[in-house]
Amino acid sequence: MTIDASRGAEAPPELVQLLTPEGERVQHPDYDIDLTPEEVRSLYRDLVLVRRVDLEAVALQRQGELGIWASLLGQEAAQIGSGRALTDSDMAFPTYREHGVAWCRDVDPIKLLGLFRGVNNGGWDPKEHNFHLYTIVIGSQTLHAVGYAMGIQRDDAAAATIVYFGDGATSQGDVNESFIWASVFNAPIVFFCQNNQWAISEPLERQTRIPLYRRASGFGFPGVRVDGNDVFACLAVTRQALKNAREGQGPTLIEAFTYRMGAHTTTDDPTRYRVASELEAWKLKDPIERVKAYLFKNELADQTFLDGVEAEADQLGADLRRRCLALPDPEPLAIFDHVYAEPHALIDEERAQFAAYLEGFER
Amino acid sequence: MTVMSLSKALNEGMRKAMEDDPKVLIMGEDVGKLGGVFRVTDGLQKDFGEDRVIDTPLAESGIIGTAIGLALRGYRPVCEIQFDGFVFPAADQIITQLAKMPMRSLGAIKLPVVVRIPCGGGIGAVEHHSESPEAYFTHTAGLRVVACSNPADAYSMIQQAIRSDDPVIFFEPKRRYWEKADVDTADTGWWTPMDKGLVVRPGTDVTLLTHGPMVKTCLEAAQAAEEEGRSLEVVDLRSLNPLDQPLVMESVRKTGRAVVVHEAPVNQGLGAELAARITEQCFYHLESPVLRVGGFSTPYPPSKLEEHYLPDLDRVLDAVDRAFAY
Repeated sequence: MTIDASRGAEAPPELVQLLTPEGERVQHPDYDIDLTPEEVRSLYRDLVLVRRVDLEAVALQRQGELGIWASLLGQEAAQIGSGRALTDSDMAFPTYREHGVAWCRDVDPIKLLGLFRGVNNGGWDPKEHNFHLYTIVIGSQTLHAVGYAMGIQRDDAAAATIVYFGDGATSQGDVNESFIWASVFNAPIVFFCQNNQWAISEPLERQTRIPLYRRASGFGFPGVRVDGNDVFACLAVTRQALKNAREGQGPTLIEAFTYRMGAHTTTDDPTRYRVASELEAWKLKDPIERVKAYLFKNELADQTFLDGVEAEADQLGADLRRRCLALPDPEPLAIFDHVYAEPHALIDEERAQFAAYLEGFER
Repeated sequence: MTVMSLSKALNEGMRKAMEDDPKVLIMGEDVGKLGGVFRVTDGLQKDFGEDRVIDTPLAESGIIGTAIGLALRGYRPVCEIQFDGFVFPAADQIITQLAKMPMRSLGAIKLPVVVRIPCGGGIGAVEHHSESPEAYFTHTAGLRVVACSNPADAYSMIQQAIRSDDPVIFFEPKRRYWEKADVDTADTGWWTPMDKGLVVRPGTDVTLLTHGPMVKTCLEAAQAAEEEGRSLEVVDLRSLNPLDQPLVMESVRKTGRAVVVHEAPVNQGLGAELAARITEQCFYHLESPVLRVGGFSTPYPPSKLEEHYLPDLDRVLDAVDRAFAY
């Protein structure tokens, strides 16, 4: 069957970009950003450090220290740009790949590893960071985020919610329901879709016939596509959308157009379903290289600065490795902890029985 | 003491909970102006406003998913699923998120969400409106599952469910919504904890273990049996997860016979769990195997057949006869 892919696509997609892959600063009629040299250097540092966290985690998995890892390689700008747009009172709901956003929310990277090492299912207090736990079921968190945003409305608070999901998730019922809820209740939320072109092995064409950001208009709120490898644009667009949400203007869908440069997870083999030239083309749009080029061109940083960031990354990676290896395995009876908030007769009974069983081996 | 129907008792219980705690919200389809298709939320939106009694879009996963988000923000949502057979679009949010998120958070998160589900048959309804899906939820760790059977319990249990810091699946026997009884709304001293069962009719020969809409059926069966000289003890389980095992075992050790009665299919249902546990804990007290009376291993039939599908007084007494035949 031949599908006319042009049907429904009334005009070529527009892309908000403020920094070209070559590191040239460009203007956009609707979005702009005024960054001090210090802020640009700080963004660069974040991009480099989260990439190092990611590379270290991949290496730890390859050495058997993590069960699995979902790499953010290539998506650093989308995550740092949007994450840095958040205020302390805003709340973020991630998937399982938002290591960069976690970094922006001051979640210690070691806490991300617990889930992937198998010592717990989520190791941080969401309230402490206003960063929810990783959600593995695709798209489920979009509804939690909208509910949370409805709570913000009822509290009359000056805050917004941002929820992350991928291109594959846009096919989920929950994501579409969350669009409807957010729309009819005018919830203060930003839907941040990182379109990294691939849902494991399924290309974008298996999820949609129109650019994803245009889905928003059918639900009754604005959608915008941003260059997901441009940290300036991601920061500017997300900042504006969050501001709109806080000011009662309701939801926005941001499609960050990016690329998953690595595998879906460390168990995946992208060579089975995509061609190498695609990756090579996207490498030219690398989110870090363009900021480095911008820094150099505008003489905002010198080699000493870059070397300093590199050394900091080395230190961070080594420290993360050391602390990962030192993560204690949980005690067997931890299986029964926190299943219920209040006493539960059956859990108590099974815990006691299993404790007695274990003691039998110690005698 | 006030005489009220089971649906009114639920309504009064929710009203009291909303008065006591401004964080309590009602969410669901048609729960506002209409007051719910069974009128259980009648008048609540008028008195508490649209921010606290929320008519939601028609998507059950959305109801539970957004309720989780509201709970994360400190609210205590009480969700109405319109009919038992409509809960399944929400099953993903209930099973993968509501039940598991507190443990996932190592206790940092509590999800005080109540999911009210009118359940059971006997009202001549169309498909998907008469089911008893409790076993799907009792099998899911992280959920508390309760079922009320009478107005007084409805009043106290809905308030306990709302106060609980755990997610609660709250089954309401829809064909008993209109049955009336005395409810003491002035005092809480008579409340039985939500996770405990009750012996609603003492007896010596056989224990009937049941819940929800079948409690009344079992009480009627016990009355009929008494006229034939048999003394049946009726236990209203009330809590389906956790089960009140001490109460069940005490009763069965006394009578030596147990018959489990529920509307849900017998096959791999709650009765199987009870039979296994009774066998394990009361083996030397048993005069007969634990027997089960319930729905067949079929989908719920068209309403003209439901009287044959649903356990009734005769099917319960038939099982009692079989228990005595051993």
